[in-house]
Amino acid sequence: MLLSTTAERMYWTARYLERIENTARLISVYHKLLLDLPGGVDITWYNLIVLNSAEDAFVSRYKNRDERNVLKFMLVDEQNGSTLSDVKILRENIRTSRDVLAPEVWECVNELYLSIRDNNQQGLLRRQRYEFIDGIIKSCQQINGLLSDTTSHDDVWQFIQLGRNLERADMTTRILDAGVSVLLQPGTELGVDLSQVVWGHVLRSLSANLSYRRTMQARISGPEVTQFLLEDEYFPRALRYCHDRIIEAVHKLPSQKPVLKKLQTVNSFRFEANSEQDLNDSFRDYINELQVRLLVLHQCFYDNWFAFEER
Amino acid sequence: MSIDWHDYDAQIFFDELISSPGNARLPARSLTAHLSKLGDDEVQMRRDMAQTTIEQMGVTFTVYTEEGNIDRAWPFDIIPRIISAKQWKVLDLGLQQRLKALNCFIDDVYHDQNIVKDGIFPGHILQDSKNFRPECVGVSPPFGVWANICGTDLVRDDTGKFYVLEDNLRVPSGVAYMLENRSITKRVLPELFENDRILPIGDYPARLFDTLAALSPRKIKNPEIVVLTPGIYNSAYFEHAFLAQQMGVELVEGRDLQVSEDDKVYMRTIGGLERVDVIYRRIDDMFLDPECFEETSVLGVPGLMRAWRAGNVALANAPGAGVADDKVVYAFVPQMIEYYLNEKPIIENVKTWLCDDPEQRAYVLDNLDSLVVKPANESGGYGMLIGPHSTKRQQGDFARLIKAYPRNYIAQPTLKLSVCPTLVDGGRLEPRHLDLRPFILQADDIYVTSGGLTRVAMERGSLVVNSSQGGGSKDTWIVDTEAR
Repeated sequence: MLLSTTAERMYWTARYLERIENTARLISVYHKLLLDLPGGVDITWYNLIVLNSAEDAFVSRYKNRDERNVLKFMLVDEQNGSTLSDVKILRENIRTSRDVLAPEVWECVNELYLSIRDNNQQGLLRRQRYEFIDGIIKSCQQINGLLSDTTSHDDVWQFIQLGRNLERADMTTRILDAGVSVLLQPGTELGVDLSQVVWGHVLRSLSANLSYRRTMQARISGPEVTQFLLEDEYFPRALRYCHDRIIEAVHKLPSQKPVLKKLQTVNSFRFEANSEQDLNDSFRDYINELQVRLLVLHQCFYDNWFAFEER
Repeated sequence: MSIDWHDYDAQIFFDELISSPGNARLPARSLTAHLSKLGDDEVQMRRDMAQTTIEQMGVTFTVYTEEGNIDRAWPFDIIPRIISAKQWKVLDLGLQQRLKALNCFIDDVYHDQNIVKDGIFPGHILQDSKNFRPECVGVSPPFGVWANICGTDLVRDDTGKFYVLEDNLRVPSGVAYMLENRSITKRVLPELFENDRILPIGDYPARLFDTLAALSPRKIKNPEIVVLTPGIYNSAYFEHAFLAQQMGVELVEGRDLQVSEDDKVYMRTIGGLERVDVIYRRIDDMFLDPECFEETSVLGVPGLMRAWRAGNVALANAPGAGVADDKVVYAFVPQMIEYYLNEKPIIENVKTWLCDDPEQRAYVLDNLDSLVVKPANESGGYGMLIGPHSTKRQQGDFARLIKAYPRNYIAQPTLKLSVCPTLVDGGRLEPRHLDLRPFILQADDIYVTSGGLTRVAMERGSLVVNSSQGGGSKDTWIVDTEAR
């Protein structure tokens, strides 16, 4: 039977891997979004900091809330929370789990770490940013592919599923929040219809644009994009999908009852919105509620499988 | 430009690959011929390739410094060290003989002490031993074997003759690097593996697994085996993880284990507690069990000694095995071989003076400038005096230490350690001193690795091969020339 500490490491490995990829995606989309927005629209890179609830940490280290500092903070800062530090943690996790993972996984993660460590200035320069970010995303997918195809789909795999889907669900809520917050920002109501642009980028940041069009058969609009990202059963980054995968994984694990019970009490991902105007502060409250739910779920995993001493 | 073997001269030392400038020893001939065909660029390319491979595979070791622990890339020289299979066969037997005798000795020491009663081994040396554990008296580990995993250091003198320098019976490390060195060399010099018959070494993890499984107190099909590591900050952590992975067993830390009231060891899993049968422990005796040894140890498992003494769990190596890992005890191994096995030693010891003996001590004190003085109980090359490389002042310090703690010191002649061509900056070859650590496994069966870990002193003239002190390593090839 899988060691509790190993299970926890696998769970965090998947979470960090997902987080690294999602941060890269977020930066990539923001980069493109800012190029698309007309001049005079006052949207800053600093939104990314707000989105990640990292205002305090940022302010304690930087004065200027400019593009360079935001990217520095998110990508290469020595401080906790940057991609560099996430990769370091990921690497340590894999290093301490080499007994359950294929050696190639370690080599890949190690390469990712070395490339970020050695090329970290690239991400700060606009000209080379695409290549840098794209490299991170590709590495993450390569590692995910290796995990999927070289790890036995036993308990180890179920914990990877739990970590991945929980982190993914969390990031989807954050990206939705990012979209809404841009649109709710004062000054953006003038002139152009931004909602098309913003929701388009929300979809792209989750690689969801194609699936959205095929599934919803609709033009891009706030209510439908949020409905898709909350409720779709088939799209891997939709909350419903992530939730179902978590349930599936939990079913295959030992002593799963308390966790299943918790999962059943929070089984709905519905927010009634009929127009762009409905996606207001109460939608942001709903998003917040979802994030709290995920936190509670995490605590539930922790109590049930990882914190053996208190049992 | 390429390598010209006429320019390489090992001078007074025995060279592992070359018998005289321009002439390679038989098992090294295809290697030397191949290397001289490669241009400088090509040699440099292979070196870079080895370096990149090491970084990508993340082959590291941890160095403790004042600023914290640093992970260093494993220092590696691409030119292998080569020994003929014929010669190895003899060493293999010699190493088996030695470990068998050592295990007889340890078992005797914790039971009837016949070797002392028969006047072969002085009793006071045992009483003064830092590594004799009264807690182990009367315990009988499976097969009477206490040291299941042994790393024995071999050196060669200027005639090429092999000697045993020391036996590491506590928690010997290095075997993962031996295996990684081979996989690096296969990537870097693949051509040579096609033509030469180089004995494979890859079966070590499977042999280790079999050795550990044989120790299980429960005779079941799949005993639960774990590798117990002090954790990520240990200098050999890489190896602990590597071996656990290769054997397909759990890598655990002390906090993953517990001893319950039934005196059995359990590990904490996602499904609850699960019984553990065999622990390959990479933690020193003193940290194994805070109930029994070092009270403040957080690395160990409270109650582990209780469970072991009750026969409910096997520990490899057994606690107390280190009693034979003492340079004073070492001096008696040839007598042990005769006493327990009634055989002549196949591999000789290096001549050793015991400072404990008044006559021998007097000789040592008179010859500090030419001898190597070693503490009886340290490993890693720490606390040594290398006479010819020392100052008068250092010699004076050691003279005082020896007089104060004679039991703690031994002396050996400064060996003219053998050398092997090694690439230095600029792509030139220079001779560098080296030793060899084969690994021997004993449970119901006994097994010796084909070759071992070759460690090289990377500095010109240096005799210190320990990786913690600037040593590097090489792949070790046992080449069967007769099969060609």
